[in-house]
Amino acid sequence: MSDKPFVSMEGIDKSFSGNQVLKDVRFSLIPGEVHALMGENGAGKSTLIKILTGIHGKDAGTIEVKGKEQNFSSPKEAEKDGIVVIHQELNIIPYLTVTQNMFLGKELTWGKTGILRQKEMYEQTKRNLAMLGVEDIDPNETAGDLSVGKQQMIEIARALSTKAEMIVMDEPTAALTDKEIENLFSVIRSLQSQNVAVVYISHRMEEIFNICDRITVLRDGEYAGMKVLNETSFDEIVKMMVGRELGDRFPERNHQLGETIFEVKNLEREGHFKDVSFDVKAGEILGVAGLMGAGRTEIMETIFGAAKRKAGEILIDGTPISIRDPSDAIKAGIGFITEDRKNEGLVLHLSIRENIALTNLKSVSEKGWMSHKKEQQLVEKLVEKLHVRTTGAEQDVQSLSGGNQQKVVIAKWLGIQPKVLILDEPTRGVDIGAKKEIYHIINELTEKGVAILMVSSELPEILGVSDRIMVIHEGELASILDGKEANQEMIMKAATGGEYRAEIHNE
Amino acid sequence: MQKFITNNLARLGPLLGLILIMVVLGFASDNFFTLDNILNLLRQISINALIAFGMTFVILTGGIDLSVGSMLAFGSALTAGVLASGMDPILGVLIGLLAGLAMGAFNGVVITKGKVAPFIATLATMTIFRGATLVYTDGRPITGLSESFVFEMIGQGYVFGVPFPAILMVAVFFILFLILNKTVFGRKVYAIGGNEEASILSGIKADRAKIWVYALTGMLSVLAGIILTSRLNSAQPTAGSMYELDAIAAVVLGGTSLAGGRGRITGTLIGALIIGVLDNGLNLMNVSSFYQQIVKGGVILLAVLLDRRSK
Repeated sequence: MSDKPFVSMEGIDKSFSGNQVLKDVRFSLIPGEVHALMGENGAGKSTLIKILTGIHGKDAGTIEVKGKEQNFSSPKEAEKDGIVVIHQELNIIPYLTVTQNMFLGKELTWGKTGILRQKEMYEQTKRNLAMLGVEDIDPNETAGDLSVGKQQMIEIARALSTKAEMIVMDEPTAALTDKEIENLFSVIRSLQSQNVAVVYISHRMEEIFNICDRITVLRDGEYAGMKVLNETSFDEIVKMMVGRELGDRFPERNHQLGETIFEVKNLEREGHFKDVSFDVKAGEILGVAGLMGAGRTEIMETIFGAAKRKAGEILIDGTPISIRDPSDAIKAGIGFITEDRKNEGLVLHLSIRENIALTNLKSVSEKGWMSHKKEQQLVEKLVEKLHVRTTGAEQDVQSLSGGNQQKVVIAKWLGIQPKVLILDEPTRGVDIGAKKEIYHIINELTEKGVAILMVSSELPEILGVSDRIMVIHEGELASILDGKEANQEMIMKAATGGEYRAEIHNE
Repeated sequence: MQKFITNNLARLGPLLGLILIMVVLGFASDNFFTLDNILNLLRQISINALIAFGMTFVILTGGIDLSVGSMLAFGSALTAGVLASGMDPILGVLIGLLAGLAMGAFNGVVITKGKVAPFIATLATMTIFRGATLVYTDGRPITGLSESFVFEMIGQGYVFGVPFPAILMVAVFFILFLILNKTVFGRKVYAIGGNEEASILSGIKADRAKIWVYALTGMLSVLAGIILTSRLNSAQPTAGSMYELDAIAAVVLGGTSLAGGRGRITGTLIGALIIGVLDNGLNLMNVSSFYQQIVKGGVILLAVLLDRRSK
């Protein structure tokens, strides 16, 4: 590692229509390091990267790349100097092959004829993939058929093919399985050994401590500090991020478990899972763990009537209920906070009011006519209760931050006063402050006797909040663990069917 | 505040356009701003407006209905047939409207239960309903309708000097405005068009709502057809062909997004007025019908381009 920075940004200011989003921010990156960029949603991480790559202009400050002052006017220009950004939403065209994606926009041709040099591009793709240790990806395969993890590898390979010296990865593990995360980490380490610098943007603390060398923290658009990771602690970083002690990461719970109110018996969905049986008591949180693709979300969708079940029974308060579609489930008192809030949870261009009303149309109307008063009352009550930070109930939900959008989704479902609430990855893409608020809301619900089913891929979260943990492995219930006794190793062992090697996940 | 102004400017865009066109035409032709001409204009647009109102609902759900003209023709022919056979005219109108409801519901079922894209489904039924009309009429106009006062009233009547079709159009507009803005059903229409998946997961029976929307459009198309039949005192098997284009144009001119979820029925009324005013004014100015088409198309294109610019 040389100490001469590859990129050095100093005193960066930026305002959008009078609203200052970055103030005197600095950031520097040394070749061959993995540098975490962290901060709550809206702290200015993406804006900083966008200024570096020329998507936004800066108001003040200097940017130096390889010791020379630079002001890129577009990402394409930044790419020429070796800076590549891999966005959370991957830039892969699903119907094209791996090779075609790899050379998109910079195809090799015979002179200026436009005739493609197919074979050469194929060979080069193969070499690039081999360099990353992912030889199992066939360059002729259709990219859309590959897993998200492999698609990400294509993007990294593409970045390398442009001789990237700095790769920015924005939430790279959000959609990856644990195996794929391991794979990504070994690729990052090999990039490091080739002296490529990586900027790692993530909300996942464990990963940052696992893979990164240094961390820069932003808070409310200001530089909150830079630390070397093995000289700092989890608590210190959190404090830098939120500007205060956050206390326990998972709030204390004092609640009484009631009677069993929710039972699922021998549930089966063709091609996804079979013979899943479990129950949840009033006031209990049943965590649902498992690898990506194990069938956790599919089980929840099926309970909720959003997918057809082949067999099985669902009982509330001991009475079997017939669920043919989501409206039946809602009538029975089941709420479902879906994993993908943008596509499944919200109508983005509608207001907070209209989104919250969506699940509560019956209670905010009379004989088919909307009651403006009832709607207003319900919405105001819920917005206040959940502390949704907004300019008012008429604000479009698309202009809210991730954490506040998630609160609107939760508000939608609190309105129906559910007996059973299913939460699928409720804190994904949500910053640490809002996460804690969401845990508080869940706790309040359990105190009122709501039965909670919570799917999560973050093991610390599952362990932190669950009374019991149900582990799913390849469409079957692998085990149900006691929340107090369980640890990460036990969950991973059950989730992988026993093949889990403990050393990889040790931090 | 700035957002508030731009938002409302976008909303007012179609209305400003309409006023601009009317002012220009008012200067160009002395006859434009006469009471007779304005009333005449309202009658002329009633047919397109009624179809476009239904089309607004369909487009708000993210769909499209190309079969409106064919439904109009079949419903008209059926009504005329019933009348020609000497039955009660009110019964004839009801049968026609029910047929429209059924044809529209059929579209809806094919689209929701059959999972066929609305464009393709209604392209097919457009042909089917037109064919059915030709079979029913044997390809000939149905004439010799009853001399019923009630039936003649629909297309030719006046109430206090105002053409009855115009009154009918305004009444239907108010009812649909209330449905869209004040009822649970209206809310569902916007939600489904905005994000169907999220709506279903919120417990909305999207298929059912969409079938009703297409059924409504079928019925409104036939209502438009009955006005036409009453005016001409005969039903033409080729009636209503290409009417879907003017209806879609009115919806788009009114600012409703073809992607669904966004738009207003008031906009559609203004859109229908813009098309009507153009037709009417250019006629008054004796512009050849060949040029009229170019002007009409140009205005639609200009409106959409301006709309893009403001976004």
